Amino acid sequence: MSAATATSVRRGRRRRLDSSLIVGIALVGVIIIGAILVASVGRNFFSAGNIRDILTGMSVLGFVAIGQTLVILCASLDLSVPYVISLSSLIAADLMAGNPANIPIAVLAVLVVSALIGLANGLIVTKLKVNGFIATLGTGLIIKGYLDTNYKGTSGEVPWEFQLIGATGIGPVPVSTLIMLVVALAGAFFLARTRTGNHMFAVGGDEQVARLSGIRTARPVIIAHVLCSITAALAGLLLASRLGVGSPTVGVQGGYDLLSIAAVVLGGTLLMGGRGSIWGTIGGVAIFAVVDNVMSVMQVNPFLKDVVRGVVIVAAVAVYTSRSLDRRRPRFGTGAAEPDRPDDRSAPPPAAAREKEASA
Amino acid sequence: MSAVTTPQPTAGERAAGFARTLVSPRGAVFLLLIVLLVAITVLNPSFAEPSQFIRFVQRVAPVAIVAIGQYFVIVGGEFDLSMGSVVTAQVVIAGNLIGQDESKSIPVLLFMLAFGAFIGLVNGLIVTLLKVPSFIATLGMMLALLGATLYWTGGAATGNPADGFREIGRGGIRDLPVIEILPWSVVVLVVVLLLAVWFARRPFGRTIIALGDNPTTVRYSGARSWWVKTSTFMISSLSATVAGVLLVGYAGVHPSVGRGYEFTAITAVVLGGVVLGGGRGWVVAAAAGAFALEALFTLLNFAGVPSTYRDAVQGAIIILAVAYAATTVRARRKGRALEAPAPEISPTPSSEPASQTSPAPAEEQDAAASARPAPIPSTQRADNETKGGS
Repeated sequence: MSAATATSVRRGRRRRLDSSLIVGIALVGVIIIGAILVASVGRNFFSAGNIRDILTGMSVLGFVAIGQTLVILCASLDLSVPYVISLSSLIAADLMAGNPANIPIAVLAVLVVSALIGLANGLIVTKLKVNGFIATLGTGLIIKGYLDTNYKGTSGEVPWEFQLIGATGIGPVPVSTLIMLVVALAGAFFLARTRTGNHMFAVGGDEQVARLSGIRTARPVIIAHVLCSITAALAGLLLASRLGVGSPTVGVQGGYDLLSIAAVVLGGTLLMGGRGSIWGTIGGVAIFAVVDNVMSVMQVNPFLKDVVRGVVIVAAVAVYTSRSLDRRRPRFGTGAAEPDRPDDRSAPPPAAAREKEASA
Repeated sequence: MSAVTTPQPTAGERAAGFARTLVSPRGAVFLLLIVLLVAITVLNPSFAEPSQFIRFVQRVAPVAIVAIGQYFVIVGGEFDLSMGSVVTAQVVIAGNLIGQDESKSIPVLLFMLAFGAFIGLVNGLIVTLLKVPSFIATLGMMLALLGATLYWTGGAATGNPADGFREIGRGGIRDLPVIEILPWSVVVLVVVLLLAVWFARRPFGRTIIALGDNPTTVRYSGARSWWVKTSTFMISSLSATVAGVLLVGYAGVHPSVGRGYEFTAITAVVLGGVVLGGGRGWVVAAAAGAFALEALFTLLNFAGVPSTYRDAVQGAIIILAVAYAATTVRARRKGRALEAPAPEISPTPSSEPASQTSPAPAEEQDAAASARPAPIPSTQRADNETKGGS
């Protein structure tokens, strides 16, 4: 065990890769393998149509995963996103009712409702001290109960003008993906440049240290939950624009709760909080999209797709985890203080140090 | 009342522990269970009849067994999200491999147990050797196993196991005096619960709890933590297998039979006062959490609440239960840790760290006590909190 650790320390010293870079390398690897596989069945992976398919596949999960990144950075979780997605698609479609004039009010209403849900999540987590897993599982179930009771099927109608958002593109790049990337940019800026964003790293890294450093620890967590619900609502709006109606099951069918968490972890964000990046998450989402696309092109059995997805998630995170454990050790000199640490939750390093490194 | 007269395995033990635990947050789940059972009985007096009540226990048995398995994983500081898929896979295996040939029952049953243990072993090794967070590892297993099962059956599970095999889930010892029938599921549940209680009291079981509380100290004290952690995943997969055997008799073969079992199990365990992140909790309370959850559904049924509201009420209840336990435990712990004479201080959010936001055990449990970064635990606290537990 200790011998293995020693080699890993050495390897960690030799190559210190930024987490987003590792995700990027993984993405390039997946793309190369995918392109070869696609070429083997006589199709072109890099055709405009295929690239558009991949980018379209990224957009919805991308929105959700951006918000989920913020929440996971704060060492919480959000399992309520699929229900927020369904609810926003329904609210949007119902309020629009086929009339383009209603678009602004519908979008506003969706954002307000989702922000309130996120606020509730954040308050339950911080003030009632309920674990984020349970708190958002609970609020998700509450929303599910509301949806199941009040909606029997699809509802509302989305006007053509709003459907254009999901349907048009600039060249091979769909507008929805561009909006998602803009949101990602805003999120990355928020984390790197604003005070609250930096506080999120601090609180997620070590809450006590953050508090003793004079940070109000509740506020970043609440804001992260609010932003996460809002990005989930954006995903719901996008799905409504694609489907043309609101659907009470669209979020659950996509499995966005667990898949977004998987994408975030795939993107190099620590599930325990305090370390990670938006761009890594986007890379994780892109890996998912490419894998899905390759399987669709090769007409893999839909049930086998789930098998491949599961294996890819575990394998990618396994490769990544060994790296990220290495990467942290040089901060502690020779690592003599903690020579062997299989479970890195046991000794979180000072939040300030992580904050610096993670936001770099 | 009915809870006390339940032919539960540990009846004597539970009765003795009742007064002790009811006042503590850990006993809140028993209080909740009693309130729910009384409420059901008020709405529907026939529920209290022994024959009706034993049917209720029979219905809860698979959920309770899954919750017991999940307890060991959670108290060891991890999650197992693959349980629902394991249940589905085992149900489908039983349906397809046994068929109408009753002589295959025993070999296939052994195969299912071996398969369950193998799934748990894979989960555990991915978590311990590859250092993948258990949330992700078991999520991958959940997707892969369900996908493989559906691929094998072509999406529509067919075939029923022989009646002799299904008898385990739906049959029982008939013509008994008071309860008319003692379903095999109840017997299995009792055996599993007794085994779990016994196991949790063994040094190995205590090591699991210690591992959830503080992995560093466990490693320093010389335990093979990788094997301890792997074994918790094997226990949970095996319990999902047993639940699958019961469900195939009770509910038949269906590809969605295990759907959502992992979250139900986690909910039940958390409702039982077990702390996510590990190190704290009692296995009997986890089983009681499953009973409370099912009692809640039964109550909503009898109360004429539309079934669509079940989820909403479930969500509200688990938030409230965990919030109650979290705030009370924290208040007590704060008093103890600081050696302050007033243990009943209610936490004031502005001056307190929001400790429950993190699933990390070390942070969570030491939050109120001190800001020391080194995760060496206070032995006193560990003793006090897990003593009655197991």
